[in-house]
Amino acid sequence: MFDQFDYQVVIDSIPFLWEGMQLTFLLTFLAITGGLFLGVLLALARLSHIKVLSFVAGSYVNFFRSMPLILVIFWFYFLVPFILGRPVGGFYSVLVAFTLFEAAYYCEIMRAGIQSVRQGQLQAGQAIGLSYKQNMQYVVLPQAFRNMMPILLTQAVILFQDTSLVYVVGLHDFLVNAEIVATRENRLIEMFSTVAAVYFILCLSFSLSIRKLQRKFSV
Amino acid sequence: MIEMKNVSKWYGSFCVLNDCSTRVEKGEVVVVCGPSGSGKSTLIKCVNGLEPFQEGTILFDDISVGEAKANLTKLRSRIGMVFQNFELFPHMSVIKNIMLGQEKVLGRSEEESDKRSMELLHRVGLSEHAHKYPGQLSGGQQQRVAIARGLAMDPDAMLFDEPTSALDPEMINEVLDVMVELAQEGMTMMVVTHEMGFARKVADRVIFMDEGRIEEDCTKDAFFGEPRGERAQSFLSKILQH
Repeated sequence: MFDQFDYQVVIDSIPFLWEGMQLTFLLTFLAITGGLFLGVLLALARLSHIKVLSFVAGSYVNFFRSMPLILVIFWFYFLVPFILGRPVGGFYSVLVAFTLFEAAYYCEIMRAGIQSVRQGQLQAGQAIGLSYKQNMQYVVLPQAFRNMMPILLTQAVILFQDTSLVYVVGLHDFLVNAEIVATRENRLIEMFSTVAAVYFILCLSFSLSIRKLQRKFSV
Repeated sequence: MIEMKNVSKWYGSFCVLNDCSTRVEKGEVVVVCGPSGSGKSTLIKCVNGLEPFQEGTILFDDISVGEAKANLTKLRSRIGMVFQNFELFPHMSVIKNIMLGQEKVLGRSEEESDKRSMELLHRVGLSEHAHKYPGQLSGGQQQRVAIARGLAMDPDAMLFDEPTSALDPEMINEVLDVMVELAQEGMTMMVVTHEMGFARKVADRVIFMDEGRIEEDCTKDAFFGEPRGERAQSFLSKILQH
């Protein structure tokens, strides 16, 4: 049965697949960066003593966590151009959607991370005269990141896989490009097993390097 | 230098500090003792505003701690504090722990704060450990680093919150030695401790607390000679037995 397979088509399409993979990587990287930044701010707001801030952050998180990602992507695809009054293209709308969506998850992870830092550490920072911002920046957040590193990176792997949803707005990521080749050349099984293998190898090696990093980090 | 007037604090309806008044003069060493849960730690944490209080006033060099919200960070940088559980920053090397406040709060250059940190590490006998992480040090060593971290800010006073309670017995002395030296150099100190040997050696005054109240506030000799209150007597007899 396997001798009917033609993997030449996979080799020939590598440049085209790589183009798609670049979009996947770029989107993953930007969404993680943006989502993490926004997520940290949300976590600080959510833990704030100012009730309005923590309420707004809490509502934000609950809202996005109750929405399917694909709906959020659709929503921003139509909403962002509507607000700006001009088309922004698929890439920017999904980037906004991913960033805002991931921020809700990163917020919860970072909130747990901040709470995992002992109260005494905060007091020690205060006692040497650090301001709230300095205390967060130099004392609390570095420890929170360290404590939450495995979960943050696991979330990054999930995001990497979720970026395949961009097909709904017509962006050409790795999966979409593979599908184009698959249907054009009628080599569905070869292409999709290649896609599966690539996702598997990338995610697995990433997870393994997380574990290695983890061992190095823990003093 | 430190003046407390009628300070009271409640957690909900539970009264942690009940009308506490005392003062600490410049260069004075005051030991605060008492049974656990008597409010000793809370009392000294009120001095640098780590714990808020609801009634009364605390003056540090005529700055009102309770009100000086805007200047609380400035005030804290003038008061060193040492905690029961050391609270060194585990993600920074020993020297970075000591440099952090100097650089970020006092605005010293990296060179200058590095130099000052090494001096202090030398003083507490740990200069060869400068680039280790806190987790690699023993409890006694960590606490000495914590003292160096407090001193690095060139504070006007030092607060110690049970600095030897979390230590193994053989490490207590190395920390107390540093504190005795500090006291003899004239540092203003407020020390929550059960180390009565330390109190006997360097304290000028002893404050005894029970149930949130300052029960005794007298000179060392008066306290160890014949503490007036019944509670202080029974407390002393319990901890001096062995």
